[in-house]
Amino acid sequence: MTESNNTIGSGKSFKGFVGRLVQNQLFIPIAALLVLVIFNLAADPSFFKITLDQNSAGDPVLSGYLITIVDYASELAILAIGMTLVTAASGGQDISVGATIAIAGSVVLRVLCGTDSRPEKMQAPIIVAFLICVIVSALFGAFNGALVAFFKIQPMVATLILFTAGRSIAAWINNNELPIISDPSFGYYGNFIPGIPLPTPVFIAALCMVVIALVLKFTNLRLYAQAVGINPSSSRLNGINPQMIKFLTFVILGVCVAVAGFIKVSRLSTINYSVVAKDIEMDVILAVALGGNALSGGKFNMTASILGAYVIQFLTTTLLKFKVDSAAISAYKAVVVIILVVLSAPFVRKKIGELRKKITARKVKAAKEGV
Amino acid sequence: MSVNINVNTGKNKLRRRAALTDTNLLLFITIGVFIVMYVCAIIFLGKGFTKPQAFFNILNENASLIVLSCGMSLVMITGGIDISVGQVTSLVCMACAVYLDKDHGNGDVFTSLFIALGIGLAFGAVQGFLVAYLEIQPFIVTLAGLFFAKGMTTIINSSQFNVENDQFKVLKSTEVNVPLMGSYNKLGEYIPGYVEIGVLVALAVVIILFALLRWTKLGRNFYAVGGNNQSANMLGINVKFTKFMAHLICGLCAGIGGYVYFMHVGSGSPSHAAGAEMNAIASSIIGGTMLTGGVGNIAGTFFGVLSLSTIKNIVASLGLDEAWWTNITVAAMLCIFLLVQSVILARKNKNKK
Repeated sequence: MTESNNTIGSGKSFKGFVGRLVQNQLFIPIAALLVLVIFNLAADPSFFKITLDQNSAGDPVLSGYLITIVDYASELAILAIGMTLVTAASGGQDISVGATIAIAGSVVLRVLCGTDSRPEKMQAPIIVAFLICVIVSALFGAFNGALVAFFKIQPMVATLILFTAGRSIAAWINNNELPIISDPSFGYYGNFIPGIPLPTPVFIAALCMVVIALVLKFTNLRLYAQAVGINPSSSRLNGINPQMIKFLTFVILGVCVAVAGFIKVSRLSTINYSVVAKDIEMDVILAVALGGNALSGGKFNMTASILGAYVIQFLTTTLLKFKVDSAAISAYKAVVVIILVVLSAPFVRKKIGELRKKITARKVKAAKEGV
Repeated sequence: MSVNINVNTGKNKLRRRAALTDTNLLLFITIGVFIVMYVCAIIFLGKGFTKPQAFFNILNENASLIVLSCGMSLVMITGGIDISVGQVTSLVCMACAVYLDKDHGNGDVFTSLFIALGIGLAFGAVQGFLVAYLEIQPFIVTLAGLFFAKGMTTIINSSQFNVENDQFKVLKSTEVNVPLMGSYNKLGEYIPGYVEIGVLVALAVVIILFALLRWTKLGRNFYAVGGNNQSANMLGINVKFTKFMAHLICGLCAGIGGYVYFMHVGSGSPSHAAGAEMNAIASSIIGGTMLTGGVGNIAGTFFGVLSLSTIKNIVASLGLDEAWWTNITVAAMLCIFLLVQSVILARKNKNKK
């Protein structure tokens, strides 16, 4: 941000405007999105076609690549909310979200199915299953949070424990069976509610965004999380309890994971422990990084993170459309991550800043000599 | 940490002894845990564990893990982490398998060795450069490395296949007999105990790295950098180069470990060595390497791997052989050791004040 003050020319000039635009945190995700949109327009304009079809039940549904993107980005966006907070407060990332999604999904199915793995009808109301799943997931979040906040273990290493054990615990909850729910009403949350052409996860994601917007607006969470992330000891001297804030962000992420896990199982009405939400942690961390948030903690921009999540899904869908093997996608994403982190590395930033200063100094000199 | 208190004045003698116990306490815990566990296994589970070959089989199966863990310990001592080693192993396996197989490359074994080392060194160099010279968080860099290796493995070949190559088959089936460690079967015939070539490679790596850490300048620099970045810098140590070297050696270890794994399984598959990075980190932590850097011991790591694999064998022989029980026990063990470390660190900080 400080660099923009050094550029010559008043803020009103076009150059200043561009400078400010480039400095804006939303610039990176929007630019990435534009690149993807232009690429797709050039390669195959039918990518943007949206049609109104009828699904197997005869209800009107919208379909098309754009709808797929918005639909499948929902879980990513929800997780990005929690991950942004965790990143800001603790300066590390939670790599166990995929495994915890497996646990959350497993709990939902366990409550709904009871002892029978293929029940005729659900054994409990969906809302009860959802609430239990939220509680369990928040507890696992609290476990991670306690290790990080109270035992001062690096977040990524602390969450490595659940990363290993999570999918096994998920399998253990259901005795390694794969329960299937045949009741169509369970599928409403991951697919379509009859009569509404937009997929339901979009609405759930929107609801989560509204909730987090309200929380950030009416509570001190944003300020506290940033303060703790920038300097824990000075924020402690200012009367904030850094341990509690870190702990809280992990619990919030736990709740986000529960919602995402619920959507994931609802999509298929069943679960596959080793595959569900595989590698999602990479996508979520990438979304946070793409949003221009420092992965070492401190200031954050929630809108940019959420936008980042949609960009990532856009990228994934584009790659899938061009018949890239789903396992090979990770190589392309890794390249994107490396480019991003290199660009945001303090060393590179410093160099770019110096270069810019040199250029402006030369220009000023040239202008003076001209006069 | 021990480097900081090497000033051997009379007043510091007492503190030095305390520091020594602090550094080695975790190592003693590990060795103790391993011995207790093995003795318990012999007493309660009997049969399988009494034969020396049972122990050699643990070595045979975990030779590559030992190599990977040693590299990991080195990086962790400098305060970093490398989670790409598992997938690099997988990539090395796949690359060598495609190169050696009759239907694909039909190359010779000697060159394939260089491919393995080259891949490992390339990963180590790039990641080391990004971490040390561009100051990017090691976890993010190596996470990207992990996913890159994973993707590349699939791009090279997406399905599992066994290698058909005569030279390689000879190498794979070579067994080195261990004198005096055999056992008698039911007929009274003597069956010599054996280890694979990979085990010898792994032991060599352990000894070399142990010597490097203990007696060379570079090795001591690793501890200094991990213990305190800034004071190491003030002592005139090239911190960036030291970190770079740690990642480079770790990458090299990943290459070697990958080839050892390849010699053990003799096939290429995208699912090879899945979660090996996790086991390597767990072994290092159990072996007394502190995540905060500056504390650690290759000997400890060696025992860490043995403890980890012994507990896996115990879980398997208890009849709980489902994969999920293994994962849960490993995670629980990791959790306990992390907590012990955290408590020790907290006590240390308290003493300082």
